[in-house]
Amino acid sequence: MEKGNKGVQLVGFWVSPFVHRVKWGMKLKGIEFEYIEEDMFNRSPLLSQINPVTGKVPVLVHDGNPLPESSIILEYLDEVWSHAPLFPIDAYQRAQARFWSKFADQKVLESAWLTVCSKDEIQEKAVKDAIGHLERVEEKLGGRRFFGGDTIGYLDLMMGFIAYMLPVWEEVAAVTILDALKFPNLAAWKSNFVDHPTINGDLPSKDEMLTFFQWQREVHLQRI
Amino acid sequence: MGGVKVLGLNSSFPCVRVLWALKLKGVNYEIVEENLLNKSPLLLQMNPIHKKVPVLIHKDKPIVESLLILEYIDEVWKTTYPLMPEDPYDCSMARFWAKFVDEKVVVTAFEAMKSEGEGKEVAIVAAKETLELLEKQIEGKKFFGGDEIGYLDLVVGWICLWLPAIEQVGGMKLLDSSTFPLLYQWTQCFVHIPAIHECLPPREKAVDYFQTGLNYLRSLDASKK
Repeated sequence: MEKGNKGVQLVGFWVSPFVHRVKWGMKLKGIEFEYIEEDMFNRSPLLSQINPVTGKVPVLVHDGNPLPESSIILEYLDEVWSHAPLFPIDAYQRAQARFWSKFADQKVLESAWLTVCSKDEIQEKAVKDAIGHLERVEEKLGGRRFFGGDTIGYLDLMMGFIAYMLPVWEEVAAVTILDALKFPNLAAWKSNFVDHPTINGDLPSKDEMLTFFQWQREVHLQRI
Repeated sequence: MGGVKVLGLNSSFPCVRVLWALKLKGVNYEIVEENLLNKSPLLLQMNPIHKKVPVLIHKDKPIVESLLILEYIDEVWKTTYPLMPEDPYDCSMARFWAKFVDEKVVVTAFEAMKSEGEGKEVAIVAAKETLELLEKQIEGKKFFGGDEIGYLDLVVGWICLWLPAIEQVGGMKLLDSSTFPLLYQWTQCFVHIPAIHECLPPREKAVDYFQTGLNYLRSLDASKK
């Protein structure tokens, strides 16, 4: 691909938490970009061209080079635009941040999403699993304002779905996972996160999320 | 830089990835052999969440998960033998393909090993599709890292010994030299690099490791029926 000043594009889907974290990462770093909405239920040829391997969003396109996977995109942003760093500097802290970001997606998000897609015993187990994983996260966060310390960072962005999307999933699935009394650290962090100037005002509409995930739950339950 | 310990076992390819990286960087380390059927208090203390190997202990702090350990090693011992590509885009694509290897190539190979009957043929096709994508990635290059091995070569490295072991245990062939000539050629070059060769376990150990794992899984399935 020709290297040149083709700018930055982000291909995404409005309700994807993986896309949101990248958008916020770019805004925190003051990176100008063009957002391209992709209808994931009617995918364009663009997406299979720029992400032939997984066909998923988000995909960052920088100077014509496509890059998928939200956690990888966020690392790339930090390496190319070094101001307003999202990652810690210390190698051990970086390893920790990467570990917990994988935990966020592979454990917390997976189990929480399963509560939306299931019912009865499977849903009950998913709720228990999600709570167990959140207990680990609560301990990791401790009493800090953000996972990044005093300022929002990479791990906050990766955990961000807990603050604004998990409550929607809980409502749709009619379950309780993040009980504020049992998770005081996370409850405080949730407010810190959604009130942050970059996040606040750039959250998807709660009503629209509810409608979307209620429909998704119906679709998944029909398949069972 | 402080003593380095690796909790693991050399029949496990995620552990050997770490040993390869340390050897290439000339870092002295001590291996603490783990018995996965009787995990040590040290392992449970150092990796309480996943309780898995490998664990790198450096300056008394644990780093877990082989891909994360490789990046940590590269960042701490950065002046000798860089593992990650220098260009940020190439570095990110290496991370992408490493994730693909562990989440797709390894997983589908295991699925094919475990499957039986009609399901086995489907699983074999799925595994081969992932290998096709890797074959395309090595086109025009001696190694995934370019002229010398790097991070992605260490991540893919399990296919030189552990994939044949998986094939043997699963009674199947996934990586044959006629269907995947470039990947096959890469394995031949990779395995002859001294630092790589020195850390390889005997093939029987790898076969034994997977056969034991498969027997265990099958006994779990049988007890559920």
